[in-house]
Amino acid sequence: MKTAATQNTLTIDGQEIPFHDGQTIMDAALAAGVYIPHLCHRPGLTPHGSCKLCTVEINGKNASACTLPAASGQQVSNNTPALNEVRKTITQMLFIEGNHICPSCEKTGNCTLQAVARHLGMLDGHFPQFFPRREVDASHATVMLDRDRCILCELCVRASREIDGKNVFAIAGRGIEAHLIVNSASGKLADSDLETGDMAAHICPVGAILIKQHGYEVPIGMRTFDLHQVGEVGLEQVVLSKTKHHDE
Amino acid sequence: MMNKPKIRIATTSLAGCFGCHMSFLDMDERLVALLEQVELNRSPLTDIKHCGPCDIGLIEGGVCNAENVHVLREFRDNCKILIAVGACAINGGVPSMRNHFTLRECLIETYVNGVGVENPQIPVDVELPLLLDKVHPIHDIVRVDYYLPGCPPSPDEFLQVLGALLEGKEPALPKKLIHYD
Repeated sequence: MKTAATQNTLTIDGQEIPFHDGQTIMDAALAAGVYIPHLCHRPGLTPHGSCKLCTVEINGKNASACTLPAASGQQVSNNTPALNEVRKTITQMLFIEGNHICPSCEKTGNCTLQAVARHLGMLDGHFPQFFPRREVDASHATVMLDRDRCILCELCVRASREIDGKNVFAIAGRGIEAHLIVNSASGKLADSDLETGDMAAHICPVGAILIKQHGYEVPIGMRTFDLHQVGEVGLEQVVLSKTKHHDE
Repeated sequence: MMNKPKIRIATTSLAGCFGCHMSFLDMDERLVALLEQVELNRSPLTDIKHCGPCDIGLIEGGVCNAENVHVLREFRDNCKILIAVGACAINGGVPSMRNHFTLRECLIETYVNGVGVENPQIPVDVELPLLLDKVHPIHDIVRVDYYLPGCPPSPDEFLQVLGALLEGKEPALPKKLIHYD
């Protein structure tokens, strides 16, 4: 029986990382200041394991670092050319599946998808653009929902359920038909109980959910990822506080 | 000492806003040194109308009409290296936002219901290139050798990539220069 949990260690790219029982590989990595690229993970929310950007190689097998429990003696490969190439391909697919027109998006510079793409050295979408037609929901007084940019990470879904104590969002449909839906009789945000102060209104890593009337308050060039690298651990708090306005 | 033959570069803006060309010109005094090694063929900067045999072609903008397709193919046929310059050439960019709508809806919104339009009519003339149903990134039409992202790419990005090509090296962008806005 284990008594001293802190004696557990695994290695990531040869670096010894301590962990506690119950932590995932991602938890242990973040606590040690090691960046594993991710989009659908946010500390404090139930891991989702859907974006697959945090795929790492453990003892020769691939798995999502955000969902796999840390275990003693795991040899994890993370920052390797092969894994980063796969991550770049996943990121390119996220870009071409939606309508990610960075020059016209208020989220530019604060967008984690964009920052991850830059981190991975993405220059183009590689695949043919889907140009999907998706519904915009501008009905809410203070929150905008532009599904063109949604990457189905479910951060808003989980934040609403686990932090806000509501149940505003869900994903409906399968495969290419999957889309974000709103829990209200009309399906519109205006008729949901979403409020400006909710974490679900602020957690979107892309420009799908935006707070109205605060566009371009922070000039391009002064935004989170103009000043920080996406690999800096603990940036989630910075991203959230920068998108939140003082009079909200 | 023999003068080295100059590297020949052609540039064009398809469905773009010429912003990438403006950024190219923003190399400012560094253009002087560049032009020691480079001569421009077809380009809005020379007003040469057709692309001759070139070493490098820079394409700004996506493809929105039949003329864009012809120009792009002319560049591909004549340029040893073709570079997609800027967001629109790479993924369609802002012009591709019309892909949400039918072409007919776009024309009606602009020429019939547009604010301040007098004598509303959808333009039809043999001189006008036919619009494509959708706006496309250029790699939908031709093979592309390199991508220079940004809206626009910074002068430093142009220098980085052209500088490497002039030295016969494989161009690579440092991550700090990569941006999509």
